[in-house]
Amino acid sequence: MVWDKSEIKKLHEARAHWEETCFTPAVEKSGERKSQFATTSVEHIKNVYTPTDIKDLNYLEDLNLPGRYPFTRGIRSTGYRGRLWTHRLVSGAMGGKESNKIFKNLIAHGETGLNPVFDPPTLNIRDSDDENSEGQVGVNGTAIDTLVDMESLFEGIDIEKISISLITPHPFLFPMFIAMAENRGVPFDKLRGTIQNDCINNSHSCNWFKMAPLPIRMKVHGDAVEFATKHMPLWNPLSIVGYHMREGGSTAAQEIGFTLADGIAYVEDFIRRGMDVDSFAPRLSFFFGCETDLFEEVAKFRAARRAWAKIMRHRFNAKDERSWLLRYHVQTAGNSLLAQQPLNNIIRTTIQALAAVLGGCNSLHTNAYDEAFTAPTQEAAMIALRTQQIIAHESGVTNTIDPMGGSYYIEALTDALEKECFKIIEQVDERGGAVKAWQWIQETYLSTAHERQRRIERKEEIIVGLNEFTIREEEEQELDLFEIDSDFEKRQIASLHEIKRKRDQRSVEKALKEVSRVSEKGHNTIRAISEAYKELATLGEVRSAWEKGVGVEA
Amino acid sequence: MKKIRILLAKPGLDGHLRGINVLAKGLREAGMEVIYLGVDLTPKEISQAAIEEDVDIIGLSIHAGGTVTLVKKVQSTLRESGVDDIPILVGGIISKKERQILGEMGVKGVFGPGSSFERIIECIDKACVKKPS
Repeated sequence: MVWDKSEIKKLHEARAHWEETCFTPAVEKSGERKSQFATTSVEHIKNVYTPTDIKDLNYLEDLNLPGRYPFTRGIRSTGYRGRLWTHRLVSGAMGGKESNKIFKNLIAHGETGLNPVFDPPTLNIRDSDDENSEGQVGVNGTAIDTLVDMESLFEGIDIEKISISLITPHPFLFPMFIAMAENRGVPFDKLRGTIQNDCINNSHSCNWFKMAPLPIRMKVHGDAVEFATKHMPLWNPLSIVGYHMREGGSTAAQEIGFTLADGIAYVEDFIRRGMDVDSFAPRLSFFFGCETDLFEEVAKFRAARRAWAKIMRHRFNAKDERSWLLRYHVQTAGNSLLAQQPLNNIIRTTIQALAAVLGGCNSLHTNAYDEAFTAPTQEAAMIALRTQQIIAHESGVTNTIDPMGGSYYIEALTDALEKECFKIIEQVDERGGAVKAWQWIQETYLSTAHERQRRIERKEEIIVGLNEFTIREEEEQELDLFEIDSDFEKRQIASLHEIKRKRDQRSVEKALKEVSRVSEKGHNTIRAISEAYKELATLGEVRSAWEKGVGVEA
Repeated sequence: MKKIRILLAKPGLDGHLRGINVLAKGLREAGMEVIYLGVDLTPKEISQAAIEEDVDIIGLSIHAGGTVTLVKKVQSTLRESGVDDIPILVGGIISKKERQILGEMGVKGVFGPGSSFERIIECIDKACVKKPS
């Protein structure tokens, strides 16, 4: 116990007395601004928090020191005093060559990790010349058709030195990345980075109806995890995503509850596959969003760390302490960016980034202010990077570990969010786990999104520049926006056709047959796929070969 | 009065579904008949559904670019089937330049982030009034 019982009793009395003689008369006289103060997850926020609100907190059991179970105060004993979070910006547009320039520029300005994003066709495992890709090639991310694109994307970048987080919901770019590494002669055990590879999240946040059913997809996603577990000790082969659900409208508690429930489903799946929990769990990573309610976000991250540690230790009996650690990347809230008075988005992103840092993130992306319109300009992306650097080097919040720890409000919120998180996990469990319950998960947070829209329209929630403090459209500042070359799509398709014409067609077909064969047999597919890429098979061809193997209609 | 029938769909390959889902619910609450087609659809699938369902208006949600190309294709596939009187609205992440082009293409309304139900409903009502039934 942190607090002496008799002290708490005295405090209770003092507080009651204050309410009666001081607070209530003041409210009766001039009222409060709102009838109810709330966060997304906690309906009633009190007027003030005191030790009485955290009287049951046991310091060593519930908080402990940084790097000690249950890791509420952080997973590393040195916090940001040892090493700062990875400054990582989502980037990429048009082709490998063009995106490579963007990466190099960001690295030159102090970016410490890459976060390549791909165009919609690549994210959908389709080629640039697929009829469904029209108009979207190289838009909002890099177009990747073959290993040639992957190689130009990382040309001149030391992939042994910089950690690379590939934003790819499917596992099919991962074998292409390792094919590139092999061609360069970089050993697998030197590769540091992440692939998102989260198909459960993909089902409920993107609804890719045209992909194979979830249970079939789980297998090939697991292949990447199995492969990396064996050969790539520094690689995170799965990043369990809460970001999309948060962007989809979930509350902070739903975000962590559903995400950890997804995490549980994966751990169960890998164990069923015959993997030892401590062989893969230390390399599982997570990805969360961060909204503008600073204290709730800080509490959310602390609660999630504590909850995951308990789950891994007690639910899965993981013995290796590294299996208990919630390591995660944060992206500031894209949905909070407004098209109205867009420079204000810099302020929103700053508050969100600060919350992410105070919450103890391991890696951070900050959005650019012009992203309510399109992918960012170089100038806007630079401000986003500088935002992180100012927080890291000027704000002083990195001087001590978990500086918010011990705040009555933060600790009470952390408790409330953890409780809510476990309640949500229980609800998912009752529905048979996240793989079965993905539709319920989606309905739940989309209905939260709808309620929020109503609140905004009733002005119960004020959004500056949207429903209050607005200006006329004519007064809006004109921004110079990023545009991709209008002939890029044509160029990319021409280069793809050129590659197809020059490659050894027989070797390609042989390699693709092998992909179908191992997929059909249920063997690990990663090797066969990377060999096919080396023969310059395209992403779309590999998808078809895999679909053929697992018996799913294209 | 006959209920307005609106088809909502996401053409192209992006999966940002919050906007369209929230809107579907909002429009139903406003008394419209909403046919929600979902995501990852080709322009042809959308125009065929619009014709089969005999809708009064189509709402397209696009967040990952290619907006002008995709909307043009929906329009051309409608025309190929001999239909040119179904008004189209577009919502999503859309630049000013695209907004202007969409306007020139005859799109009845373009709605970016933060658009209210009220404004969207107003626009739908206006666009549907002109259609002789």
